[in-house]
Amino acid sequence: MRPSGAFLTGAAILAAAAVISALQVTRVALDPTVYRLMVLAGVNVTLAVSLNMVNGFTGQFSLGHAAFMGIGVYTTVFLVDRWGPAVYAAIPGPAGFRQVAVLLLLAVVGGAVAAAGGLLVGLPSLRLRGDYLAIVTLGFGEILRVFIQNVEVLGASRGYNITHTEVTPPTDALFFWVAALALAAVMVSRNLMMSGPGRAFLAVREDEIAAEAVGVNAYRAKVLAFVISAAFAGMAGVLSVTYNTYADPSIQSIGFLKSIEVVLMVVLGGLGSVSGAVMCAGIITVLPELLRSIDQYRMVVYSLMLILLMLGRPQGIFGTRELSWDRLRRRKAASTPRQ
Amino acid sequence: MTDLAKHIVDGAMFGSLYALIALGYTMVYGVLRLINFAHGDVFMVGAYSGLFAAGWLGVDSAPAPWKTAAILIYAMVVCMLLGLVIERVAYRPLRNAPRLTALITAIGVSLLLENGGQLLWSATPRSFPDLIPAGPARPFIVMGCALAMAVGLELFVKRTRTGRAMRAVSQDKDAASLMGIPVDRIISVTFAIGSALAAAAAVLYSSVNPSVNPTMGLLLGLKAFVAAVIGGIGSLPGALMGGLILGLSEELISAYGASSYRDAIAFTLLIVILVFRPSGLLGRGVAEKV
Repeated sequence: MRPSGAFLTGAAILAAAAVISALQVTRVALDPTVYRLMVLAGVNVTLAVSLNMVNGFTGQFSLGHAAFMGIGVYTTVFLVDRWGPAVYAAIPGPAGFRQVAVLLLLAVVGGAVAAAGGLLVGLPSLRLRGDYLAIVTLGFGEILRVFIQNVEVLGASRGYNITHTEVTPPTDALFFWVAALALAAVMVSRNLMMSGPGRAFLAVREDEIAAEAVGVNAYRAKVLAFVISAAFAGMAGVLSVTYNTYADPSIQSIGFLKSIEVVLMVVLGGLGSVSGAVMCAGIITVLPELLRSIDQYRMVVYSLMLILLMLGRPQGIFGTRELSWDRLRRRKAASTPRQ
Repeated sequence: MTDLAKHIVDGAMFGSLYALIALGYTMVYGVLRLINFAHGDVFMVGAYSGLFAAGWLGVDSAPAPWKTAAILIYAMVVCMLLGLVIERVAYRPLRNAPRLTALITAIGVSLLLENGGQLLWSATPRSFPDLIPAGPARPFIVMGCALAMAVGLELFVKRTRTGRAMRAVSQDKDAASLMGIPVDRIISVTFAIGSALAAAAAVLYSSVNPSVNPTMGLLLGLKAFVAAVIGGIGSLPGALMGGLILGLSEELISAYGASSYRDAIAFTLLIVILVFRPSGLLGRGVAEKV
């Protein structure tokens, strides 16, 4: 069987990420700013693609996605200093292997805790529709933030600096894992959309009542989408805090403003378009750096962009379409004149 | 005055201010089915307009009543115009678009006002003059003003032609239009009144809590929206009731327990109310039509 284009693309991206990380580790380093942006972009791609499962595919409107990332972040800082060294010592093998094992364990636990959080938030709030859902998810996000800012073991409002950074892979190697996670998020949402549950998500988005009428349990589909999306956001949080080695409980980093930023990525890309979410996550990560000279206007430019885009092209840059090799090839074939 | 009585009075005062802001949310939601996320930031602009007007009048503390009134009216007029512009430019073109689109645009307008404010007036908080002299009478003056406006609005909506038209538009926009009601104009009026009330709330709020900054509207606006939802969105008495419930519970819970959790109280209340009574305390549930 010929491997599909998507598979080859994925493999190529992962290989490139491995090469970049390897180069970075062996000190043929990239510019630190560029490397940091690449890691951030990977995290943001994961966030945007996972939020797209809820806001894009299932047609719900969550305004609290950053909270699930926050759960991942704070699960990590809670675990790593407390049990990190013990777990690290218990794992056999060379240092690099142990670090990766600890990181994967953290990602699994962080993802699971975030998924549990998603279930907890989703069960009551997904009974509501549209605006109410938006405001309740926002409410949950803010409650979590205020809560974290009050918990002394998590550093309260000062944030938390990880001390045992030696039990996880060095930041130079993290890009590989961040890229792998982003890729996994893309693959999962792509394949999900071709499976039964994914089709149910789409049906709920198109017409909830009609979906119910043909036997789709709309509520269950919404909760499922919410939980998967929360799990990915949690894992993104684990990686981002492992990279930063500092957990920041501010509204920009795990609160309302971060949630808005992720929503912006998804909406600009086109609700329901995975490639749109990926691309806009990249753009929105890099743009502030490019606009550094006009840093104070950055958010004004953002908000104007958002308003103008909504007025001019409400479906986002990509609409619900996807960028794919097949489409490009077909377009090329269509544009070459027949002999 | 005992401690408890003081907290109750303060809670009721902040509650009546939440209610004034909530009225704007609930009116706009009534006619457009849109959460006007920018409403909190209109409130912020109202506070700044009041601040500048006070500067021009050379007001420092406890001015003559006519000056206070002038500042209040100036802020209300500025915000009225701002509300009209926002509605005209950002919301009217999307009247027939999916509601999500309008919601996202509203978030965009909110971000624009906040960041534009930071650009124009810097993010540093400024101190607002003492328009209402501090003292035991202050909470009652604030509450009196707020209640007078709320009652005025209720009378306006119930007793005037324009008010009747507003109720008609909120019931059924298309039918109202067929009956010859100028729907666009009524929606503009709704925005103007809601924004003016937000400005009034802003001037009153800032005279009590004299720190004005460009992001002050973010959390306050969200809380006022919560108040509107608690009372039942679309219902004017509900907004008043929700505001008072929220103000009192915030003040009492943070006075006798968890003051650092103050900002979480509103959202906890919201979630509890929405789970058990999704249409709010005084709201009517709407059956979904197929």
